[in-house]
Amino acid sequence: MRTLFFDAFLHSPVTLAPPEPDPAALAEVERALAVRPRHLSGQSLAIRQVDAGSCNGCELEIHALNNPYYNIERFGMHFVASPRHADLLLVTGSVTHNMRTALERTFAATPAPKWVVAVGDCACQGCLFRENYACAGPVDRVVPVDLTIPGCPPSPTQLLSGLLALQQALNSNV
Amino acid sequence: MTETTSLHHTLPALDFLQGLQPVAHHHPWPRFRLDQAAWRDMREALARGTLSLLGLWADREEIHAAVLDHQSALLILSVVVEAGGFPSLSTQVPQAMRLERTIHDLFGHHPQAIPDERPWLDHGRWGVAQPLAEGRRVPVAPVEYPFLPVEGESLHQIPVGPVHAGIIEPGHFRFTASGETVVRLEERLGYLHRGIEQRLEGCDLLQGARLCGRISGDSTVAYALAFARAAEAATQTVPSPRSQALRGIMAEMERLANHFGDIGAICNDAAFAMLQAHFSMLREQILQIAEHCFGHRLLMDRIIPGGVTCGLTPEGSRRLSNWLKTVPNTLSKLVEVYDETPSLRDRMRNTGVLSSELARRFAAGGFVGRASARTFDARRNLPYPPYDRLDFQVPLLDSGDVNARVWIRIEEIRQSIPMLRRLLTMVEEGPLTTPLLAGGGEVREGCAVVESFRGDILLWLRLDSQNRILRCHARDPSWFQWPLLEAVVYGNIVADFPLCNKSFNCSYAGHDL
Ligand code: SF4
Repeated sequence: MRTLFFDAFLHSPVTLAPPEPDPAALAEVERALAVRPRHLSGQSLAIRQVDAGSCNGCELEIHALNNPYYNIERFGMHFVASPRHADLLLVTGSVTHNMRTALERTFAATPAPKWVVAVGDCACQGCLFRENYACAGPVDRVVPVDLTIPGCPPSPTQLLSGLLALQQALNSNV
Repeated sequence: MTETTSLHHTLPALDFLQGLQPVAHHHPWPRFRLDQAAWRDMREALARGTLSLLGLWADREEIHAAVLDHQSALLILSVVVEAGGFPSLSTQVPQAMRLERTIHDLFGHHPQAIPDERPWLDHGRWGVAQPLAEGRRVPVAPVEYPFLPVEGESLHQIPVGPVHAGIIEPGHFRFTASGETVVRLEERLGYLHRGIEQRLEGCDLLQGARLCGRISGDSTVAYALAFARAAEAATQTVPSPRSQALRGIMAEMERLANHFGDIGAICNDAAFAMLQAHFSMLREQILQIAEHCFGHRLLMDRIIPGGVTCGLTPEGSRRLSNWLKTVPNTLSKLVEVYDETPSLRDRMRNTGVLSSELARRFAAGGFVGRASARTFDARRNLPYPPYDRLDFQVPLLDSGDVNARVWIRIEEIRQSIPMLRRLLTMVEEGPLTTPLLAGGGEVREGCAVVESFRGDILLWLRLDSQNRILRCHARDPSWFQWPLLEAVVYGNIVADFPLCNKSFNCSYAGHDL
């Protein structure tokens, strides 16, 4: 353990410079806010992740946001364990019928104002997992979506640049 | 000699196979059609432990079992569904239970005398009954799922999920506890059922590879490889040595990434976040290298039937091999911390103990089995390229606790590093893909078993003469690990469940399909 601590003095931090907020995402959130205006006071965003039918690839990349390279908490964003503590739902997967009720209940349990971000091609479009007997399709069929971050899965950098755009849009709206 | 024709050598001496001819066009292992009496004999052999069950699935007419005998010969044994049913295996082989409930949910074939008649994947929300059979429309009516009754004084229940506290997949756990001690855990899964097997019907091979690569995202390489190998077996195609070596590189990179990520997460569940931070950096490094070398962090869609979609540049190869030089040193520092921290030792040892008897009876694959003395690794026991040309050890322990599962993974990392180095030298010149031949009018079937980081994946495929998918079944290793998690939690405190669960790290998506 001592050598590990010693190493810390020799190396500079691995944390990467933040990406620019994605302009397309910025425009998308602004459109969503024009329809249903909701403001955020301050920078902090508490995020609740909901897997509504994912292959778990998106979860792996969302997880990576917490590693020292992306270090999402430096932007005031953190993951919480309960929707009741959340400002934002990060939803993955083409919503399965077996998860539909759970997603609706999670959305209902999230206090207003609340935002929903659909993460990954499945959640945004359905794509490979479009509607069939088991899947209802993309997230916006079940709950209203403010921002889509496509990709299969989106990389942590893409996730960050989408979330930073959301944060910026919510603040410039106050 | 091609690799696909060489495997008929060791047919096990099973009485019930006497006089039977294998079904035509099934590769690489033979498939036999049994009558119901022989199917029951097979059940006896499974119950005795002479054979172990590696898979159980159906199509519209037949039930198929993949069985392994002790000489590591694999057989596919089928029985025709009669009067809508077949003799249940789970009466004597509890490992088969959830698979049989699934067969009933998807096809409606009734496992006669099955001890548990409750639906499994079907939650009554599809609006369709038996979607893989005729798919009769029925009203949506969520089933009241009766959990197993629990009796005793001062017991209380804790329902958890399907949405869990964390960035994880959904499933429901019903704990019954006496004070802090778990006296029963019952799982209810199926929330992630996406109807993948139905989606696969009618797909061409490239679409099939894309879908199979998304059965469980953390094992996308292993699934794509299993699908490719099954398709290559069915069409009797042998990919180039170059693509085989590249596949091996991708598969071992995936194994490393998952082992790093999970060891860190297990430490985090034992309140030791510092190791998680370090292991997550190792994981991130290999994902960045994967992107640099092959253009995708998780290596999705890089393996296709017939080969791979991209090669490795000398620069990519250099970056990977330079990184490999640094890992053993970093790893040994982290392992030292892991091993010498009393609080970790206290939480990990003797927690969540899986007996070797249960691991054997459930044919538990991967580190779950190998931490409980079940020595099976598809890379060695049912060898496939490039592993048939590699030298490596399969680590084995018998204490079966959380600590043993972590140690197996540490040792596997230590095996994968030299394996990767060796594989980098095996990437010779050659084509990336080899075309798959269409059939001469006949239906062909192929099977593959591939060792994912989690354990063995079994994939079975039936193709028409144009190489379109008629039926594809994928059995995730989690099928035989999830039920064991219920067993190991017994007698542990509720607070240790996350630790036990993480040390198994079963796939929800791969299981629910
Ligand atoms: S978008 Fe891709 S990675 Fe994400 S859940 Fe869907 S298939 Fe998996």
